[in-house]
Amino acid sequence: MQFGIFSVGDVTMDPTTGRTPTEGERIKAIMRIALKAEEVGLDVFATGEHHNPPFVPSSPTTMLGYIAAKTERLVLSTATTLITTNDPVKIAEDYAMLQHLADGRVDLMMGRGNTGPVYPWFGQDIRQGIPLAVENYALLHKLWREDVVDWEGRFRTPLQGFTSTPRPLDGVPPFVWHGSIRSPEIAEQAAYYGDGFFANNIFWPKEHFVRLITLYRQRYAHYGHGTPEQAIVGLGGQVFMREKSQDAIREFRPYFDNAPVYGHGPSLEDFMAETPLTVGSPQQVIDRTLQFREYFGDYQRQLFLMDHAGLPLKTVLEQLDLLGEEVVPVLRKEFAIGRPAGVPDAPTHASRLAAARAKDAPVDDALEKEVNR
Amino acid sequence: MKLVVVTAGLTQPSSTRLLADRLARAAAERLGGASEPVVVELRDLAVEIAGAFVTGFPNARLRAAIDAVTGADGLIAVTPVFTASYSGLFKSFFDVLDPKALAGKPVLIAATGGTPRHSLVLEHAMRPLFAYLRAVVTPTAVYAATEDWGGGGDAYADGLADRIDRAAAELADLMRRTAPAAGRPAAVEAGGAATGETGGPAVSGASSGPAGCRDAGADLDEVVPFQEYLASIRPSR
Repeated sequence: MQFGIFSVGDVTMDPTTGRTPTEGERIKAIMRIALKAEEVGLDVFATGEHHNPPFVPSSPTTMLGYIAAKTERLVLSTATTLITTNDPVKIAEDYAMLQHLADGRVDLMMGRGNTGPVYPWFGQDIRQGIPLAVENYALLHKLWREDVVDWEGRFRTPLQGFTSTPRPLDGVPPFVWHGSIRSPEIAEQAAYYGDGFFANNIFWPKEHFVRLITLYRQRYAHYGHGTPEQAIVGLGGQVFMREKSQDAIREFRPYFDNAPVYGHGPSLEDFMAETPLTVGSPQQVIDRTLQFREYFGDYQRQLFLMDHAGLPLKTVLEQLDLLGEEVVPVLRKEFAIGRPAGVPDAPTHASRLAAARAKDAPVDDALEKEVNR
Repeated sequence: MKLVVVTAGLTQPSSTRLLADRLARAAAERLGGASEPVVVELRDLAVEIAGAFVTGFPNARLRAAIDAVTGADGLIAVTPVFTASYSGLFKSFFDVLDPKALAGKPVLIAATGGTPRHSLVLEHAMRPLFAYLRAVVTPTAVYAATEDWGGGGDAYADGLADRIDRAAAELADLMRRTAPAAGRPAAVEAGGAATGETGGPAVSGASSGPAGCRDAGADLDEVVPFQEYLASIRPSR
């Protein structure tokens, strides 16, 4: 099982000091946070993509390329890549390039984006959100798998004899997750392709996401990719920790109360009761996170939202120390207990390469060893 | 049959609640008084309703009220008139409902105000709101001005008691005509086999899942198989 963090990339005033970081400070802080993720033993860093203030990450592969050069192990991902308003040709090129630079430590999460004006800014219509996501991804899928593509669709200029370069590393396209917070169509799409499905699991009660993931698992089996239990599921989560839970609550409350997404609404206590948000001791975070498996089944990737709502960099780095040192080691151990043998790990470049080669040349032990090294 | 009353009065006691109770009693009597009407006091849910706007989902208390309204066989909705319309709290409650939650549901609309001059709020604001929600609204809507509590009708209109009776009779009649003999779950049509060959019971949950997430209440049963969907958006040549 993989553990990591995902960043929305908001530039938000720290409500306790009244200070708002500059875009430059925030960008560098996000980079520092990503490097810290590897230092404390996490597996994944994922960045959001936005094209409007107060968010800075408009150019994810530039950010992830920088992180790739400074890390060794960390898997670089997105949360999410806008499959609706980006040109699928450019996504194919950018992420294949990143894949080469990062030696395969790359996957992506597709999302539609929920900011209305972004669609017209990029020449699209939000009412076509799902058709765009479906058509654009179908093209992206093809571009990574066929060397020469002839293609015609509704939303993009046709392609004749087009080759997306560079070709994916080792001929293995990056693994793709599909993120959705409300659309069964996207769960269906993920199931159809045998891709992963990610539920952000942050802002709403868990019951809603349980229904989407159940649908995804069943349809994954329907399309013959494995049993429902073998479907590739990722979950978000949101935590704030201090050794003493009272300290965590006291320190986080002003950030919660003023948070752009849910602030100025329900109390911290109500929101914790209604959603997976956990503010407390590392042990409380461990206990709450372990419950996710009971609701969603054994899963492959757990990402935490740690740097948002104006939390200062120093605090976020302290949070990552707690996550890496006290929480994740226990979660790794506990999640492994009772995990059925058939439940796969999250796909990586190495595992996908091995699977692809096993399909082409069933017996090649030396290669398998090399790949799994 | 389940009769639910939504009342948006703010004071304690409130004339809006008084009107709501009179309407509920009259309708319950017409229905044979089998079950006690459920009353949803929006004042008690004001913070929860505001919270649902901020977070995008109703909390447990508000969800219970939404479930009651969605599952009702008939609804009585009563608001005070504020600033030439229904009150903001009243509208906000209906804003957090799923837009389809009231489709086909018999509804009696009523309002209170300090002066009879505002009575057309029922026809020019309330009725269009419920028309948009595709509810079936009784022909008689009941407006109670302060003076109505002290007098009868006049040469031009029935008194409050008569109007309450007429509206209650219309509601009871509609409820008897639209509700099936046995009590029905709110989303019974949604429990089909749309998940295809593997369709298991776990996703037929439109009626068992948490009702009333404004955006989160996806109809998971209505998934179009992917290839079908892909074909439907392919440009025709």
